[in-house]
Amino acid sequence: MSRHRYLPHTDADITAMLDRCGADNIDRLFADIPEQLRMKNGYDLPGEMSEPEVRRYFNALENENEPLVCFAGGGFYDRYAPSVIKSLMARSEFLTAYTPYQPEISQGTLQYIFEYQSMMCELTGLDVSNASLYDGATATAEAMMMCVAAARKRNRVLISATVAPYVREVVATYARYHKVELSVIPEKDGVTDRAAMQQMLAEGNVAGVILASPNYYGILEDFSGFADDIHSAKALMVINSHACALGVIKTPAEWGADIAVGDAQSLGMPLNFGGPYLGYMCTTKALMRKMPGRIVGATKDEKGQRVFVLTLQAREQHIRREKATSNICSNQGIMTLYAAMYCSVMGAEGLGQVNRLSYGGAHYLARNLTAIPGVSLKYPDKPFLNEFVIKFPSPEAADNAYYSAVSFGYLPGIRIADDELLIAVTEMRDSDEMDDLTQIFTAAVCPADNGKEANDE
Amino acid sequence: MNKDFYDKLIFDCSVKGRRGFSLPVNVFNDNLDDLPAQLLRNEAPALPEVDEPTIVRHYNNLSTNNFGVDTGFYPLGSCTMKYNPKINEEVAAAPGFAALHPAQPDETVQGALEAYHTLQSFLSEIGGMAEFTLNPFAGAHGELTGLMVIHAYHDHNGDFARDKVIVPDSAHGTNPASANVCGYKIVEVKSLADGTVDVDDLRSKLDNTVAAVMMTNPNTVGMFEKNIPEIARMVHEAGALMYYDGANLNPMLGVARPGDMGFDVMHINLHKTFSTPHGGGGPGSGPVGVRDGLQDFLPNPRVIYDETDDSYYVSTDSPEALGRISSWLGNFTVELKALAYILSLGADALAQVGPHAVLNANYIKDSLKGDYLLPIDGACKHEFVFDGLADKSTGVTTLNIAKRLLDFGFHAPTIYFPLLFHESLMIEPTETESRETLDRFIEVMKQIAREARETPKVVLNAPHNTPVVHPDDTEAALHPVVKYSEL
Repeated sequence: MSRHRYLPHTDADITAMLDRCGADNIDRLFADIPEQLRMKNGYDLPGEMSEPEVRRYFNALENENEPLVCFAGGGFYDRYAPSVIKSLMARSEFLTAYTPYQPEISQGTLQYIFEYQSMMCELTGLDVSNASLYDGATATAEAMMMCVAAARKRNRVLISATVAPYVREVVATYARYHKVELSVIPEKDGVTDRAAMQQMLAEGNVAGVILASPNYYGILEDFSGFADDIHSAKALMVINSHACALGVIKTPAEWGADIAVGDAQSLGMPLNFGGPYLGYMCTTKALMRKMPGRIVGATKDEKGQRVFVLTLQAREQHIRREKATSNICSNQGIMTLYAAMYCSVMGAEGLGQVNRLSYGGAHYLARNLTAIPGVSLKYPDKPFLNEFVIKFPSPEAADNAYYSAVSFGYLPGIRIADDELLIAVTEMRDSDEMDDLTQIFTAAVCPADNGKEANDE
Repeated sequence: MNKDFYDKLIFDCSVKGRRGFSLPVNVFNDNLDDLPAQLLRNEAPALPEVDEPTIVRHYNNLSTNNFGVDTGFYPLGSCTMKYNPKINEEVAAAPGFAALHPAQPDETVQGALEAYHTLQSFLSEIGGMAEFTLNPFAGAHGELTGLMVIHAYHDHNGDFARDKVIVPDSAHGTNPASANVCGYKIVEVKSLADGTVDVDDLRSKLDNTVAAVMMTNPNTVGMFEKNIPEIARMVHEAGALMYYDGANLNPMLGVARPGDMGFDVMHINLHKTFSTPHGGGGPGSGPVGVRDGLQDFLPNPRVIYDETDDSYYVSTDSPEALGRISSWLGNFTVELKALAYILSLGADALAQVGPHAVLNANYIKDSLKGDYLLPIDGACKHEFVFDGLADKSTGVTTLNIAKRLLDFGFHAPTIYFPLLFHESLMIEPTETESRETLDRFIEVMKQIAREARETPKVVLNAPHNTPVVHPDDTEAALHPVVKYSEL
């Protein structure tokens, strides 16, 4: 047999161990498997690679990628990741642990989850946070199911058209199979159409309403009065936000929301081509026992020490099976450590500064881009934080601008219509990069003046 | 592990005026305070104010209160706590992947798409399936996705009466929970005395209202379901599909493939069988595979290989797809780790994983079966279950044994699962543990059995050497304190 660094046994080990088992070869341990099911020819897979070869393989794949300077968002942002985090995330006592079922030897995990929960409660203003869900989209779907479970008989949930389309798609998928009637509240000028929502609520049977701020277009929605509309229909109010914004914007709790959900990638997490990120969920004390996922609570041990344990487990699948609040088991675990460390490094002031830089940069870029003839803000009257939609004079102009930017090493945004681009700015973008992008767009939209005007500004 | 309990929270380290961040100066003219006041928070969040050295010491100290696979042996049944190779972490953190926004155009992420497609094809070979989606974020998410595939398949056939899913009474709790989220009613099928599915009971429950049968194989008592060909035939004759819960796939590496057993849909826990770290509860990854004929029902987005110009693209508009279950392509960097693992082992060593895992489990079982009650004898697969101590007169329970193991630097086995026995103690060693580690574990387990007879109080009052002893769970649930401001 071949030896491998992950497989400790020598031939002598195997012989001695088989002897204890009363078997003369390993195959005897599989005698109960019907012969026709046994693999005959081994795997049709590559042979073993040495560690240098594995590195070379992945380097080659990396070289086939072209990481672009990122002006794309859509809920996921290129943010500053403090080096402290990278260093501490590698602690294998954290990384290689299982779910903390044995509190005596898992206080490290339990404490950072407790810290994370405390921080998410501060950011959302709500009473209780769980120990994470997979991502912002599935967290929103879990919120939908929670609304229906809390309402018992009513099974209709409304979702605003201004919620990100892939979040709505995930929610719609869960709704289809979980037999929830999901209806989309139309948007009006980039924000949720309140009159339409009121009318849909009046039709009855509504268990919950899902809104977003900042919404998909980057607009900060004004939910004044929404909570009254929703609660007088006995429905729950859910607000989806990306977590970073919560450092400065009005909190879901201040708007009167019962559940806050979203993605916490914006707390400095690497973009990672889509994951792992972190879905968060916070709610009120009243709804705590309906919440999916793990929850860590404080208690005392026999020595009188303040310690932490997984609590309220009677909600969960390993106890309640099909009657559980959700099927969730493993979630995003160590990403909550990431979020807790990020919030520790940044503090309220740092989070404020991140948002101020992003706001300042986004408004600077928006002003410069809309100075290009024919380019305009799609929602000029709406307040935005760090992301906005621009309209190009034509689909061709949008095409030119987008691909020209890509050829210069920029991801200029997310194309949300033939002639529209959703552009995000974070603290990672400096004015040189923004001026460069403006010049590229100018040249692409008005080829004749070669971008000089914007450059001279 | 550190025996001196570090009990501070980061909030306890906070001093007003300290800072841990470092950001550029704001040179922009537009000021966030120009926003209408009703759109902004009334007051700043009460986050800690801590300097960088204090943050580093705090989290390092916290880590010493934790036990991981890198700390010691973790015989946690059904969790497959194998070694997590370091090269995996290195490749997953590479900037050429980590800096990619998921909305980058396909032509700028060919390497990432190739990695995704390569892993899905490797998993297809290992599972005996036609195609995998890597989008599900965890095992339970994979189960849900797999059941949605099955639902979409029956819907496509106009077969709307199938509203039940059958699960064995020994199944993981996620099986019935996932079926419920997917809108199915749950029907339990009984286990025989040897822990395998009662085929007669199953037959009596199969009809045209059954959508699927969910099984693990080997099952949760570590026994191979040897009647699986007959079960698959019966289930398919009834028009239902076979779902394979891949939580127990590890012992099948190099031995048998779920597709050959007759399963139509399966998930794999990359954080179990394919060595990606559990991270204290995630991020995991739960790819879902389907047999030929079911590919079109897989969720959007899908990564497709285009032979004509040897490139990859992301497809988001498969009309028969069950829908979308993730924003993007799942926990992508976890997928990279699993790919690195498969390449590091290669075809031959990968095929030894199952046999070595099974050898390790049998070695422990046969070494301890005199001291502990083995309710199901015979060769187990990756794991086995003791029903507590053989000597029932000592008053020592499975919980006491689990806690006593902590004193010796071992993680506890899975306890009180499966529900088939009162004192279940479920042990899964995995293939990455050496004979010396297993011998030490066996020695300690024998010592605990001896203590239970001779000095039972030592076991009844365990643990003694852990930094925390007997937390009050009841108080935690009765009066939940779930954030710092409530302490």
